[in-house]
Amino acid sequence: MTTKISIQAAHKTFGSGEKAIVALQEVNLEIGSNEFVTFVGASGCGKSTLLRCIGGLESLSSGSIKVDGETINGPGVDRAMVFQHYSLYPWLTVTENIKFSRQLRAGREDLTSSDVEAASGRADALINLMGLNHVRDAYPNQLSGGMQQRVAIARALLPRPQILLMDEPFGALDAQTREVMHDMILHVSKLEKTTIVFVTHDVEEAIYLGQRVVVMAPRPGRVDSIYQVDLPEQRDQDMKLAPGFLQQKKAILTRIRETAGMHTDYELLERMTQQAAQQNDMQ
Amino acid sequence: MSSRNKILASWDSLWVIRGELSRRTYIMFALFGMLVPLAAWWGVSVSGWMDKVFMPGPMEVVSRAYTWFMDDELSHDIWISTYRVMAGFALSAVLAIPIGLMIGTYRPVQAMLEPLTDFIRYMPAVAFIPLVMLWVGIDESSKIAIIFIGTFFQMVLMVAEDVRRVPITQIEAAQTMGASRGEIVSLVIVPSAKPALLDTLRVTMGWAWTYLVVAELVAANSGLGYSILRAQRFMQTDKIFAGIILIGLIGLTIDQLFRWLHRRNFPWMYKK
Ligand SMILES: Nc1ncnc2c1ncn2[C@@H]1O[C@H](COP(=O)(O)OP(=O)(O)O)[C@@H](O)[C@H]1O
Ligand SMILES: [Mg+2]
Repeated sequence: MTTKISIQAAHKTFGSGEKAIVALQEVNLEIGSNEFVTFVGASGCGKSTLLRCIGGLESLSSGSIKVDGETINGPGVDRAMVFQHYSLYPWLTVTENIKFSRQLRAGREDLTSSDVEAASGRADALINLMGLNHVRDAYPNQLSGGMQQRVAIARALLPRPQILLMDEPFGALDAQTREVMHDMILHVSKLEKTTIVFVTHDVEEAIYLGQRVVVMAPRPGRVDSIYQVDLPEQRDQDMKLAPGFLQQKKAILTRIRETAGMHTDYELLERMTQQAAQQNDMQ
Repeated sequence: MSSRNKILASWDSLWVIRGELSRRTYIMFALFGMLVPLAAWWGVSVSGWMDKVFMPGPMEVVSRAYTWFMDDELSHDIWISTYRVMAGFALSAVLAIPIGLMIGTYRPVQAMLEPLTDFIRYMPAVAFIPLVMLWVGIDESSKIAIIFIGTFFQMVLMVAEDVRRVPITQIEAAQTMGASRGEIVSLVIVPSAKPALLDTLRVTMGWAWTYLVVAELVAANSGLGYSILRAQRFMQTDKIFAGIILIGLIGLTIDQLFRWLHRRNFPWMYKK
């Protein structure tokens, strides 16, 4: 597999002096072409920051991110991004939202007229692929959360980006919708041969979608460990119940808890319960 | 359930917190809310509690409005006042919208202009009258200038706030699609802020009308505000009432016009 994204000694600090927050420390990672990598970790461990740096929305304090060997410098049409919510344009219909990038100068550069025609066909193809045909003239606020995210994904895919960056894109959806979206995005990644970097707080989602799961640790934000997922390429919802899957899920969850220093203090809970009981008796 | 209980239950259902009201019930309550003060006014005026000179009844006010219209150039007063309000308001809007847009979009512009605007807006517009008379004179432009001073600075700050309310993810989505800064302003920020901007215009239009009376203090010899002020000198309380109510009605009409424009231009906000 050829390397698509290469992250080298990436550091990112927010603020300065006493209040400085190290969001990323010494992150080194290679992501392959057409790979599907998922990122999990306790909140505040720098997942979003790393994704935004790859997308060019934030710049690194030091280190570099290369795409196809070229150091990135700001956003580019080769890297599309899907946010958790509120990124659609509510004044545009579904179709107009999906075609948004076509009115931008960056999207029109060196296009021949046959390219333009093909692009128009592409919007229709994406609308069909995402199952949006019956709502193509609706406005975003008429759609359910799941449908809105389909539009956001279609819009991101329109200019044929090589990389799709997704920050908890299904985090606000209910469990059933999420399962449907999982199989949809896996299908898309195969069809479009897009490299996908996917951030989530849901370990099950991370394993089901990812070829590799990267666990990040907080304070300072860094890569803690990387898990290779051993599932058949053609995923299936039932796999989530297989012993291997559950074992890996447990291992990753445990690791995240350890990195975050989280544990339940049962002794303390017991003491508090007794205290409360005593106070009740005294009344 | 007895019919008494049914009535009680449906009465109770009207008072659900943030509940729904049928259009008919809504209109009934609205009419009730308007008719009660009118009836109270009429009651006070016929009861003789207050001298007619100070408290004319609704009928006196209507008949005064009629004679004002027939013999005394009411339509000219309405026209000239509306013209002054519109001119002052339009001047404010034409300048405040681009300036507010820049303040809400670019930090250096914000740093340069927002504290200054904030400062000036706390200066009472009325206190500028002597200066305006010295600088602009006493013709039409002075009245327009006062309405402008009264509305412009507020409008700038409100437009800037409307622009800042555009969700950052809408902007970042455009950035990741390769939009340039100019494209982000014209294709994302402006269309996204438009509905809020129209609301800001609607609200400031109301203020423009309140500054009208102040503006017509300045050596005017026509207009609704001027007529109200002059009526005081002649103890024509019925004319004062008529003038105030007319300004209210014109304001209400314009407000409804703005609301209609909003529904017409932003249908996506009203579809569910
Ligand atoms: N724009 C910012 N300014 C200051 N601190 C930030 C900013 N963005 C993120 N951070 C801080 O950086 C750390 C990592 O944040 P983030 O990448 O959002 O974590 P995650 O997505 O894993 O929850 C957090 O401590 C957060 O408070
Ligand atoms: Mg995050």
